[in-house]
Amino acid sequence: MTTHERRSGEVILRLDNISLAFGGVKALTDISFDVREHEIRAIIGPNGAGKSSMLNVINGVYHPQHGTIAYRGEVRRSMNPHAAAASGIARTFQNIALFRGMSVLDNIMTGRNLKIKSNFVEQAIWIGRARREELENRRKVEEVIDFLEIQHIRKTPVGRLPYGLQKRVELARALAAEPSMLLLDEPMAGMNVEEKQDMCRFVLDVNEQYGTTMVLIEHDMGVVMDISDRVVVLDYGRKIGDGTPDEVRGNQKVIDAYLGVAH
Amino acid sequence: MFYREAGQFKTNYIDDSAIFPIRQDRIGFAIILLLAFVAVPLFATPYIFSAILIPFLILALAAIGLNILTGYCGQLSLGTAAFMAVGAFASYNFMLRVPGMPILLAFLCGGVMAAGVGIVFGLPSLRIRGFYLAVATLAAQFFIVWCLAKVGWFSNYSSSGVITAQQVEILGYQFRTPASKYLLVLGIVSIMALGAKNLARSNVGRSWMAVRDMDIAAEVIGIRLMPAKLLAFAISSFYAGVAGALYAYMYLGTVEPEAYNLDLSFRILFMIIIGGVGTVLGSFLGSAFIALLPIALSLLVGFLENSIHLSVSKSMTSNLELMTFGGLIIFFLIVEPHGLARLWQIGKEKLRLWPFPH
Amino acid sequence: MTFFFEVLIGGLLSGVMYSLVALGFVLIYKASGVFNFAQGAMVYFAAITFVGVTEFDISPWIAFPISLIVMVVLGLVVEKVVLRPLVNQPQITLFMVTIGLAFFIEGLAQLMWGANVRGLELGLQDVPLEWVSERWGMSISKFDLAAAGVAAILVTSLALLFNRTRIGRALRAVADDHQAALAVGIPLQQIWGIVWGVAGFVALVAGLLWGSRNGVQFALTFVALKALPVLILGGFESIPGAIVGGLIIGATEKLAEVYIGPMVGGGIEGWFPYMLALVFLLVRPEGLFGEKIIRRV
Repeated sequence: MTTHERRSGEVILRLDNISLAFGGVKALTDISFDVREHEIRAIIGPNGAGKSSMLNVINGVYHPQHGTIAYRGEVRRSMNPHAAAASGIARTFQNIALFRGMSVLDNIMTGRNLKIKSNFVEQAIWIGRARREELENRRKVEEVIDFLEIQHIRKTPVGRLPYGLQKRVELARALAAEPSMLLLDEPMAGMNVEEKQDMCRFVLDVNEQYGTTMVLIEHDMGVVMDISDRVVVLDYGRKIGDGTPDEVRGNQKVIDAYLGVAH
Repeated sequence: MFYREAGQFKTNYIDDSAIFPIRQDRIGFAIILLLAFVAVPLFATPYIFSAILIPFLILALAAIGLNILTGYCGQLSLGTAAFMAVGAFASYNFMLRVPGMPILLAFLCGGVMAAGVGIVFGLPSLRIRGFYLAVATLAAQFFIVWCLAKVGWFSNYSSSGVITAQQVEILGYQFRTPASKYLLVLGIVSIMALGAKNLARSNVGRSWMAVRDMDIAAEVIGIRLMPAKLLAFAISSFYAGVAGALYAYMYLGTVEPEAYNLDLSFRILFMIIIGGVGTVLGSFLGSAFIALLPIALSLLVGFLENSIHLSVSKSMTSNLELMTFGGLIIFFLIVEPHGLARLWQIGKEKLRLWPFPH
Repeated sequence: MTFFFEVLIGGLLSGVMYSLVALGFVLIYKASGVFNFAQGAMVYFAAITFVGVTEFDISPWIAFPISLIVMVVLGLVVEKVVLRPLVNQPQITLFMVTIGLAFFIEGLAQLMWGANVRGLELGLQDVPLEWVSERWGMSISKFDLAAAGVAAILVTSLALLFNRTRIGRALRAVADDHQAALAVGIPLQQIWGIVWGVAGFVALVAGLLWGSRNGVQFALTFVALKALPVLILGGFESIPGAIVGGLIIGATEKLAEVYIGPMVGGGIEGWFPYMLALVFLLVRPEGLFGEKIIRRV
């Protein structure tokens, strides 16, 4: 546990009293929690607890009706996706959201779109800054490709890849942006044990090497308890637990939510 | 056996992202360019220039424009011809009203005007998608053509909006012969095709494809949907606009707004479906296919008439043409949705392995 | 003021005819998710087949069932040959394939029956109703009124078919979710066949009405282009939407032509409905009757 405490820094993201509804359906109700710099923060809960909605609120895909989001000191009613990306938040999706018509390399290159400053005229002529930027960003992307060990599928269209590799490419696209915070929506869902181990290793390596803050949704309790520093537990859109893995494990409400309880 | 990349090593990333990474392709392409710029002008007849090659190149350019919007950015448009009309009439007015206007600059300005109009009609794409948008682009098609025909100023108050393109002259040289016109069109189209290819392989092109494939994911990695879509509309319309100006100045000479009707828009759409959606090569293949198909059909009909004395009327031929177009669209969408360009790709893969099966 | 109402009512009645064409689109879209651009070509094909058959000295009462059979067969063939191989393709692909289909059917129609303009007599004359002009001094076309009546009957019976019968229930289930419908044992392909058959029937009725009004000619296919803004306005999935949308387009188009047209040189009927629909879309992208779409990630 000591390493974890050393790793975690200041609070960089704080959500206060977030409520979100679609029409009459309440997805999130009055949820507050925070994320510290460099930590791995897990969000767990049964299906339909509002975990993905939570991530969508953090990076601005959904706009909550109530509550505030404070990211790096800036307090807002809601984020928008571009502002989130520009301030260093990257994410992966539960149902893989790769660009199916493009190769692995192009997919990962899109992750660097915010770093490219040349305009369309320069890119159409393909000289000077446009060419130079293409080269620099390609180099960066190749580093990510090496890091995630996907060199061999660089030029393959993503649609032809097996599920596990697609997940890895999606992580690569997120990493290519050199994010300071990474939102991972069930990065290990549907994987076999080996693939899960690989993915765990990558997540921990990224966290260690680059100090990237992680917010992670995962169903595999073993994984969550192993790699996360602190855990938020959601059930029916409400927060029912928050703390270190050990604290959460002992929380009666959490146990009830998972095992079911006679009301 | 000869089409192998063995022994060709790329030592930097720029080589790796070249348009033709394989040496044999580069040689092949150089030969095609040489043929197009040198051999064809030496041997082709005026009929071939003005009835086949010039319209083929111009419509290929328009198809590249549509491919940028539909193939790369995923926004279906049924109004390409209207943007061509804007380019043509704008160029005409720049030539007419600005003394000493160089023709190439007039084409450029025509393209820019078309881009502006394209942005306006692209605005609905921010709120609607799919065929709702396709139907909305029909508004552009009908409105623009009506506007050019009704507002006399655009056609210098000629009756029913007919304009006669001014003589094309660059640095004192007058482009009168079909061969010289062909070379000018070929030059412009080649440069613009290269530009499109460059866009497709750099960040702008990737952003478009990202928007096409999954817009929410694109937004999340920081691509702004509005500028990306509007840029696609602008550049697509720019290409269409220049193609429209060339269509008036280099092909028809005298043109009315009705020449840029819905039928032409559909023709260009057919080109990219048959040629290949989302490829520059496909635009050329599709345009060639659509240009050559009526000729092939009339040859076939002529052959039938001679051999089995079947009398085929003129209207029958044109109906057969309609049916063939329609049938081919259905066929390609069912059997090879990526069009001729994909078939070309598969052919090359096969050739790499030949004579071995795998 | 009388003139205003005359234009308005004339517009509404011709709007009913647009609704009729739009209805064909909605039926197919609801059941199979295909936006059938070839509906206009089908209208033309139906009308020209009817006229072509009557030219063999066959009574219209026999020509009608013959054309109906032809249309149903056409619908079934289209479903089987063109659309079935494309199940689960993106909607935009299906849309483009129907553009190809439109060209094919147009060519086929003219190849079979020739391209010249034909008249079509239904025994209804396009003359003003006497008692209306006597009483209010307005001229309301008898023909338009009859056409509106036919359309009303058709819409009512389709609504009954959809809401009250077993087939209708199956249709709605299929429209909601193909796979779920298949899972509970609804014969999907049979249903699609029925829908294309019904769409062929609607095309025939629309073709006869439009054909007897404007003559049976290639330009009939353009009527379908007019039905598109109707659909944008009313939403692709709503039968009431098609009706109300048609009425709005018909009325505004006539009013615009009469009151705005002279100021800008006329001929604005061609694009006004589209612009109206476009402006409307910017305000309410889901259409008049569509539900607000929540896109989930």
